[in-house]
Amino acid sequence: MTAPLQKPKRKNPILRTRLPVPPPSARSRYALGLLRGAAQGRLELQVCRDCGTVQYPPREVCRRCLSDRLDWKPQAGDGELVSETLIRHSLELFFRERAPWRTGLVRLPGDVTVVAHVHSDVPRPPAKVRVRAHLDRAGQAVLVALPEHDTPNMADDRIMREMTCDPKFRKVLVTDGKTAVGQALVKALVNAGADPIWVGNAEPWKNFPGFDELKKIPQVTLLNLDVTDQRSVREIAGEVAGRVDIVINNAEVHRTYGISARYGTDAARAEMDVNYFGLLRLAQEFGPALKARGADGVNSAVAWVNLLSIYALSNYPPHGTFSASKAAAHSLAQCLRAEMRPTGVRVINVYPGPIDDEWNQLLLPPKLAPAGLATAIVNALKAGTEDVYPGDVAQDWLARWRENPKALELEAANP
Amino acid sequence: MSRRASYDGVVVTTPVTIPYVRFSIRAAHWWIGRALGELVKQSGIAKERIDGFCVSSFTLAPDTAIGLSEHLGLSTRWLDFIPLGGNCGVAGLRRAARAVQSGDAEIVACVAGDTNAIDSFRQGTSNFSRFARDAVYPIGAGGPNQSFAFLTDYYMRTYGAEPADFGKMCVAQRANALKIPWAMFKKPLTLEEYLASRMISDPVRLFDCVMPCAGAEGFLVMRREAAEAAGLRYARILSTIERHNAFQNDPVQFRGGWAVDRDELYGQAGVKPDDIDFVETYDDYPVINLLQFEDLGFCAKGEAPALVRANTLTVDGSFPFNTSGGQLSVGQAGAAGGMLGMVEAIRQLTRQTVGGQVPDAKLGLVCGFGMINYDRGLSSGAAILAGA
Repeated sequence: MTAPLQKPKRKNPILRTRLPVPPPSARSRYALGLLRGAAQGRLELQVCRDCGTVQYPPREVCRRCLSDRLDWKPQAGDGELVSETLIRHSLELFFRERAPWRTGLVRLPGDVTVVAHVHSDVPRPPAKVRVRAHLDRAGQAVLVALPEHDTPNMADDRIMREMTCDPKFRKVLVTDGKTAVGQALVKALVNAGADPIWVGNAEPWKNFPGFDELKKIPQVTLLNLDVTDQRSVREIAGEVAGRVDIVINNAEVHRTYGISARYGTDAARAEMDVNYFGLLRLAQEFGPALKARGADGVNSAVAWVNLLSIYALSNYPPHGTFSASKAAAHSLAQCLRAEMRPTGVRVINVYPGPIDDEWNQLLLPPKLAPAGLATAIVNALKAGTEDVYPGDVAQDWLARWRENPKALELEAANP
Repeated sequence: MSRRASYDGVVVTTPVTIPYVRFSIRAAHWWIGRALGELVKQSGIAKERIDGFCVSSFTLAPDTAIGLSEHLGLSTRWLDFIPLGGNCGVAGLRRAARAVQSGDAEIVACVAGDTNAIDSFRQGTSNFSRFARDAVYPIGAGGPNQSFAFLTDYYMRTYGAEPADFGKMCVAQRANALKIPWAMFKKPLTLEEYLASRMISDPVRLFDCVMPCAGAEGFLVMRREAAEAAGLRYARILSTIERHNAFQNDPVQFRGGWAVDRDELYGQAGVKPDDIDFVETYDDYPVINLLQFEDLGFCAKGEAPALVRANTLTVDGSFPFNTSGGQLSVGQAGAAGGMLGMVEAIRQLTRQTVGGQVPDAKLGLVCGFGMINYDRGLSSGAAILAGA
């Protein structure tokens, strides 16, 4: 059984930090079908629409009937480990630095054999396993064989620790502590074992509701961080960027206007300044330090979380300028992900529907509770997913957007 | 009854090897060109008379056999490029034999060769096949050691093979290789040393792994009259088989395509496994030897470990196999590894050995196995050769 992870020792600043090297990331385009499900934590395999054959590795046509009508469909992943090996000598630096590394052949229903990373709590073959699709440190989809039933401390397994962004024993920055979401995040992170947690506050002269409670949490340190102020971001980065393992950027401005409901650009500018330029400032000041620490042991720098909005995918006209600022941030987050990916630091984009806060007062339920959003974010870190659509509204919009973006555009105009 | 035509009148001659080196600054073109040069020199048959050319190589890119033809100044009327790796010896032989038999070509040169530069093994492995790149290499990048460890682990658990069984084969092959000047491994190996060697990818140990290197192997295929006119010693081809992607639904590979076709192999040759004087198996890795012993009828499935325990395996033993030391001791020069056994079998049958001679060798079995495209070797082949 996996031994529980012990709190890592303080890092010796004299020793050289190991630079991150990604695992192999080359794939054929069809193989990237696995990535779509894995980004949300789902195992999907190719299934032939004509004859029902399931296949892996991905192919251009069905291995049985040669049809090209292939769909990626969710699979249960229950299988049997039929053979295994412990790799002590790998051709790639990533695995050499982490050897020995356990891998195996797993038989899935439908005469499918997959090559998978194998969790250390899986018994010797033959053994029942659950195959899951995970993102590895290259941001690529890989298959992992987990034990048939959950085991104590299974998230602390070496291989899992390389797949996920578990906050346990990691140092986290939450950029805005004044909102209900920010405070819920801090509590969820404390429960997940994060320590310390730096919490930003752009207006330290005000005493926001909940701040007294935040100050009592021993893991929490408050920082004067204003994401609209380059100098403030730089100063805070100088203080903590070299130690932060997870950045959660939840700072946002949300006003409820379209184009004609409010004359002028002041509100829209404020939204852009926090929601878009705030991300850009943070990424420029904190990004380099995180990227350098992508392989820094069991508590390496590991994730960058952006609180976006489901309205980043398609504009919600009653909150039109807010949607636009989140769309800009969504686009920039893709750029950040591209730059972070080779270093193993995962960019997690969170696309909630309306959060149950003052700015969504006029919207009818369902609305996402701040605690629910915080749980979704911490769960994404633990699972290692990179696209999160928490709550019913987000799921509904996502499904409509995927099925017919033009229809959603029209429906959103007449909610 | 087989309806296939016999190979009567076609012979195989002139076994050549370009001595292996661990790393080479030469390209594959040099290695194959040198092998062709040796074929011309040793046969006394002018380059201009070679009108068929069969090439196998992993490191010729961007060239193939046709670009190589111009590189080597060779004009032929029959050309083949065989991408079957460890099965290229058998596959090349049977294609060349039919070309000669039909008159499409008179003299076919079969050559397999590869270079090996620093890091070229990793590059070749990472991009070996689409399935390997998409679904194997990212899972640990263990290369062939990892893939064959899966097969070895399964075989050991299912059929009770012990590390000492693999060790006995490796030790015997090493003894055979000690007289081969270009063998990568030059020191004797004991079973104790084998068993004490470190794990590379459990249960595969250091001495279960072949050493990647640069080298080339080649031979000529022609009509018997042509060989006799040139004064060349030759071996006859009694039968051959070839099979690709057999047993697709086996969860893990525990048998190869030989099991599908072995009756035809022996039927066409008119011999039984007991009649065979020596065997050249494809020995990357030792577990594959066991599969070949079983699938080619030397024992039942699962009984190869007992066969190994009951016999002496060296060139002078009761079950001589891999008489030049095989890839395990001589090295794996890329695709030339698929021709090493064929060249050695020709040497044995024509009494031109470099190392030990199997006493009174009249019948030899040569096997090919190649292309772990995903989780198993896809290509298998075998040939039975006879002395003149």
